[in-house]
Amino acid sequence: MISNPSIQLRHLFWLLAGLALVAAPHAPRLPWWLNLIALIFLAWRVYLGLGERVLPKKWLLTLFVAGGVFGVYFTYRTIFGRDSGVALLVLFLSLKLLELHHQRDAIVLILLAYFLALTNFFYSQTLPTAGLMLAAALVNTASLVHFAAPGRALRANFKTAGVLLAQAVPVMLILFFLFPRVQGPLWGLPQDAYSGVTGLSDSMSPGLISRLSQSDAIAFRVKFQKDAPGRPQLYWRGPVFWHFDGRTWRPGDFRPFGQLRFEATGIPYDYELTLEPHNHNWLFALELAAKIPPNASVTADYMLISRTPVRNRVRYDMSSYTNFTTRGTDDADELRPGLQLPQGFNPRARRLALEWAQSANTDAAIVQRALRYFREEGFVYTLEPPLLGRDSVDEFLFGSKLGFCEHYASSFVFLMRAAGVPARVVTGYQGGDINPVDGYMIVRQSDAHAWAEVWLKGRGWVRFDPTAAASPVRVESGVAAAVPATDPLPLMARTTLVWLRELRYNWDALANKWNQLVLGYNPERQREFLTSFGMNEPSWENMALTLFWAVGGLLALLTAWLLRRMRTLDPVQRLWLRFCNKLGNKGSPRSAHEGPADFVTRAAERYPLKANLIRAIGERYIALRYGERADPRMLAELRVLVREFSV
Amino acid sequence: MFEKILSRSQLYNAFFGPRQPEPGTIFLLQKRVYILPTRPGLAYALALAVMLIGSINYNLSLGYILTFLLASMGLVAILHTFRNLVHLHITPGRAEAVFAGETAWFELFVENRSGYERCCLSLWHQGKAAQCDVAAGRGTTVSIPAAAQKRGWLAPGRITMDTRFPLGLLRAWSYIQPDMRCLVYPKPDDGLLPLPEPSGGRGEKRVSGGGSDDFAGLRPYQASDSPRHIHWKAAARGRGLQTKVFSGRAAAELWLDWNELPANLDLEAKLARLTRWVLSADRDGLRYGLRLPALELAPDAGEPHRLNCLRALALYDL
Repeated sequence: MISNPSIQLRHLFWLLAGLALVAAPHAPRLPWWLNLIALIFLAWRVYLGLGERVLPKKWLLTLFVAGGVFGVYFTYRTIFGRDSGVALLVLFLSLKLLELHHQRDAIVLILLAYFLALTNFFYSQTLPTAGLMLAAALVNTASLVHFAAPGRALRANFKTAGVLLAQAVPVMLILFFLFPRVQGPLWGLPQDAYSGVTGLSDSMSPGLISRLSQSDAIAFRVKFQKDAPGRPQLYWRGPVFWHFDGRTWRPGDFRPFGQLRFEATGIPYDYELTLEPHNHNWLFALELAAKIPPNASVTADYMLISRTPVRNRVRYDMSSYTNFTTRGTDDADELRPGLQLPQGFNPRARRLALEWAQSANTDAAIVQRALRYFREEGFVYTLEPPLLGRDSVDEFLFGSKLGFCEHYASSFVFLMRAAGVPARVVTGYQGGDINPVDGYMIVRQSDAHAWAEVWLKGRGWVRFDPTAAASPVRVESGVAAAVPATDPLPLMARTTLVWLRELRYNWDALANKWNQLVLGYNPERQREFLTSFGMNEPSWENMALTLFWAVGGLLALLTAWLLRRMRTLDPVQRLWLRFCNKLGNKGSPRSAHEGPADFVTRAAERYPLKANLIRAIGERYIALRYGERADPRMLAELRVLVREFSV
Repeated sequence: MFEKILSRSQLYNAFFGPRQPEPGTIFLLQKRVYILPTRPGLAYALALAVMLIGSINYNLSLGYILTFLLASMGLVAILHTFRNLVHLHITPGRAEAVFAGETAWFELFVENRSGYERCCLSLWHQGKAAQCDVAAGRGTTVSIPAAAQKRGWLAPGRITMDTRFPLGLLRAWSYIQPDMRCLVYPKPDDGLLPLPEPSGGRGEKRVSGGGSDDFAGLRPYQASDSPRHIHWKAAARGRGLQTKVFSGRAAAELWLDWNELPANLDLEAKLARLTRWVLSADRDGLRYGLRLPALELAPDAGEPHRLNCLRALALYDL
């Protein structure tokens, strides 16, 4: 009984539009040849559709499938990854276009399109993506309606699709909040599941942070309980590097987990930090963290390490002191990694450091000597430093003198070590902007920074920022003010247009709300949320039960509302039927062939006591239903009569 | 009491519901409208299940939202599909008589007294569907085809009314059995044998070419009429094709007599022969009578007589 009519051109067009909407955001992530294939097949299908030409043969399509799968395998070296899965899905979708004969094929395509819409969320869950996918859901749902009602006007079908989606929203909300959440993943995710997130890396080589600085992406958001510290104090501590091989800084040997040992003065800053996923274990905190977030530990060099890589947005409460002293250790063994240097690199820097070491009598004096060097020797802070060769520190210090923070931090620590002072590189973020709309401080990738820590006897590890020595503006006002105007910065970072800045603040505040409320809704948040609604023990059984009743109740309401117009509209007819029912229940039902006049006569004969009433009802009904002009008063009379009538 | 409660349940109705034709207007009550997912609907559910697992595995909040939105839409679609069919009024209409072997058309008047439009309703009968849309507060006539195979009364039997609107993921259906019937005349045979001679004594010998003595009037042209009897002058004046009908002695009284048929013909063949004779005689404008074993229709001419004869032949011995 299933009919499979062929496809009208206008419906084909909208089907292709819906597919394009879900596939287009994937385009930049897919290999170029796959994009080309998809476009060619799309154009081919439109061409075939316009001329009502015959679709290609099956063997040709099989050839295309085999070729495409091979191509995906050679591009990704697997076909079972997240990215390769999406690539395969796009490939099949575009091939299915050439096999689109009947409605049945179209429905397969629409279901694939829904799925492809979901895969977009692997890469982006921002508001614009959500909006785009909602539009895609509307177009694809309208396509379902087109194929269920091919003869109907497109506009009416779109309206139906819109109404269906709108009416689905309440139940969707209930499902969203009450569906028992499980912390994923259910099984091992493919290797590439979290590739492509930006953030600091687990090593530092020249150019790495300056590249990161060109990203406008948000690293984390901070909500301070009270006032925020001043900008020069906003050092957000991240990975610490000990080992230098002449070019790249690495963490070095494993640092044992320890406790937070330091002496603080002043009052702590309390805040809540919402960290964007960056696929590494470290967490960020203002220097120096006074407590350890749940499921995390602290290393001896004050890195906060989470048990699992940060693959979802996490939120934790923190408390930090900006005035602190780390007494640290005096153990020479523990300080030895702070003196490590690669042999045979940067001879000029070594000589300079040795000179300083001989002329100064304390380590602190060496530090000051080095900072003065950065301050006074004409160093320029730029996002586009020249490429450096083998002896990168020498070339930077005595040659180009153009560098970004990693150059300064790296050469500063090199000089210190060469002078016999234990030192290490610290990376993280420096700065942050308060969004006046919602009061959140936003720290972006463009705030990425590297600085140095030097071990001074009696004071422990002390932070020194050579970048601040060379370019004080960087720390006081941020990157945008510090680098030359010709450097490539994210557009928004430098804008002086007030309205653009405000627009951006509003947008960020909205995105933040979205993150906190929608994207951050995880099993933990669900428990909090339901408890705040008075659910005592939000176990999954309780949630399922509540979910069941809530969805059931909502659907019942919707049913009542949808079917409200189902009743016969005519009140006269309703009253008459009620009257007939009353008589029918007493054993004298109206026959199908019997007109109202005959029925009234018969009923009046059967119930002589009520004859007058019966005739009165009959007269009014006939007048109202068949008469020339209906008197509204008569309807009221009929209503009263029918209500009072009984036999 | 138990019976009364049972009779309100859908399952009960599905198995024990009225198998008899339902007189008058049929009203599609909730209890007689059934709904189940279609094959695309099951595929949709499967796709949603995969999407849910994907959302859980990758912790995609928006994935949850999309999956739940589509799932809720599926639930809402149940209501929409159901209400697209329920509470319709279906009234039997005309069913014109046909000859066996032709297609009979049963007209049904589908009336929508509710305040919203009904889309893409299908009335399935013998594997064929008639489609219709009904606007709010309107009605429309649907013709249901049925193969008329045997002479006699043809009832449409059970008609399945269904709809997949709006998404095609669900199908709501209901069975109706309107109380209507269509008269099926016997199929005329091949017509190689000519009409019998007019019986002697009661008229003169039939003039070849048909009685054409006295002009008796005009009647609308029928496909089998002889071109010689067409009133060409009238046609030339643009009055359409009309056939001249003659009467008189020359249009002798012709008896189409069962008993004069060869005895070796079986009953249906005899009826087929008589049917053709009736048609030929009528086409030629003859006066003819029909004699069946238990029935005799006096010689006459014209449309009512023809219909009477055909009816008698259709219902003979049933």
